[in-house]
Amino acid sequence: MKKTLSLFTGLLLAGSSLLNAKDIELLNVSYDPTRELYVEYNRAFAKHWKEKTGDDVKVKQSHGGSGKQARSVIDGLQADVVTLALANDVSALHNKAKLIPEDWQKRLPQNSAPYTSTIVFLVRGGNPKNIKDWDDLVRPGVSVITPNPKTSGGAQWNYLAAWEFARQKYGSDAKAKEFVAKLYKNVPVLDSGARGSTTTFVQRGVGDVFISWENEAFLAQREFGKGKFEIVIPSISILAEPTVSVVDKVVDKKGTREVATAYLEYLYSDEGQDIAGKIFYRPTNPKFVKKYETQFPKLNLFTIDEKFGGWTKAAKDHFADGGTFDQIYVK
Amino acid sequence: MGLLKKKTVLPGFGLSLGFTLFYLSLIVLIPLSAVFLRTTELSWDEFIAAVFSPRALASYRISFLASLTAALVNAFFGLILAWVLVRYPFPGKRVVDALVDLPFALPTAVAGITLTALFSANGWFGEWLEGTLGLKIAYAEPGIVVALTFIGLPFVVRTLQPVIEELEPELEEASAILGASRWQTLRKIVFPQLVPALLTGFALAFARALGEYGSVVFISGNMPLRTEITPLLIVTKLLQYDYAGATAVASAMLAASFVLLLLINLLQRWSRRYQNAN
Repeated sequence: MKKTLSLFTGLLLAGSSLLNAKDIELLNVSYDPTRELYVEYNRAFAKHWKEKTGDDVKVKQSHGGSGKQARSVIDGLQADVVTLALANDVSALHNKAKLIPEDWQKRLPQNSAPYTSTIVFLVRGGNPKNIKDWDDLVRPGVSVITPNPKTSGGAQWNYLAAWEFARQKYGSDAKAKEFVAKLYKNVPVLDSGARGSTTTFVQRGVGDVFISWENEAFLAQREFGKGKFEIVIPSISILAEPTVSVVDKVVDKKGTREVATAYLEYLYSDEGQDIAGKIFYRPTNPKFVKKYETQFPKLNLFTIDEKFGGWTKAAKDHFADGGTFDQIYVK
Repeated sequence: MGLLKKKTVLPGFGLSLGFTLFYLSLIVLIPLSAVFLRTTELSWDEFIAAVFSPRALASYRISFLASLTAALVNAFFGLILAWVLVRYPFPGKRVVDALVDLPFALPTAVAGITLTALFSANGWFGEWLEGTLGLKIAYAEPGIVVALTFIGLPFVVRTLQPVIEELEPELEEASAILGASRWQTLRKIVFPQLVPALLTGFALAFARALGEYGSVVFISGNMPLRTEITPLLIVTKLLQYDYAGATAVASAMLAASFVLLLLINLLQRWSRRYQNAN
């Protein structure tokens, strides 16, 4: 009897010590150009979480076009957190499948956008086509690379930035549409995601200018050396706010709400902000804004809420079936 | 009824027919009917609008034309390849034979990326084709045909090989002895026996090409109205959460493919008329 009891306690102890150092696995479903950011950040967070709780946390990453990723989650991909290119794709999780509450964007600071970015141009070394601003992209003979805005979050930012430039310069939405139509006449390839477009431009050598995420442009430049590619900063661009959210339905089922929430909150910590700055995302914490000030060029940035009345409206006006993007292709 | 009652030597006709129908329903019919069911969310007008939108029409054109071209190319070169592989011994034959299956095994995305790297303006082939001859392959219509030809090749070769093996050389010898020229022998003796299998291979390659997505999206450039294939249009619609629109286009494509395959099947039957004469 005594023997079985001690055996039992032993088992219990072994069991509880196993419970104490849990192995947690999270899935972070993200968009295309965040690979490098989250590789580094996941390592930092795992260390932080181990120190804080003693648990080992392993974060798996999934990357792809932002819209495609959102759809995978809606269709049942068990993502604990989503870190997508734009608020509209995260909202789809609520609108289409009620995976998250409607007010998800209010749950974290800065409208759930821990880091921001913008849209710049990447051109070939020496800038042979002499590209300086948005209106150079519609010149005949300039070939422009940008992904398909129907499937890529980054491409929607590109599209809206070009639109707003033309609206300010030429004065009306009708003129802006004409401008964007001309720009897309110069696009020879529409990849489904930003990373695909980077490959097309960088590896395949297609196109004179690549409308790119700022961080992606810096990464390409760092990887291939300054001589091969140059970054061109347009006079005006859009403040892109990639947003993050815990997927409530999934974390409640898996019991990972606490760690998943901490994972996202840690993006706002000093370490998280520092990593974001290092991987060329613009930090939001003023301390780190200052630290990385010299790294990012200064340009006139506008937000989608100011100029397009928020994502829901912008998506409906421009990217839904029959929206302006369809109109410029189908006359 | 008389057809069902026909006596055969082997037992179990009822059971196996039942199983066949059940299995086909489970694997093919139920998933496919789900496609059609989903389209019922649309009104008739919406359905027509989705199926006959200019973008959808352009995508059917490019999908069917490119698949047809690729299947024809495969039928011609696949026939030669199969003939050589069966009839002539040469060193390294087994390796070549195994290579034919590679497009089956290779993930289509890998094929797409590799072909794009080769045929883009800075690739091995593309440099020469585009730079010297001015032929644009990658990111244009020919790129789609190249990808579809690649993935369809094994279908023709593998359907023809066993038939060529079964051909009796005696028939060719007899034809030659009776005074036929080599061309006549080929045209009147060999070719008619190969036609049914060739048609099967052609139909398989064609059907496979119609549904291909993975390799084409890398090489085609995906431009609406020009190089956007129907499967890509369907995926694009899915990504916009337009499930009903996607299934509408899919069902149109499915119906068209079914009719085409049925026609090819009938053609095949007709081409077999000699064999079944006795």
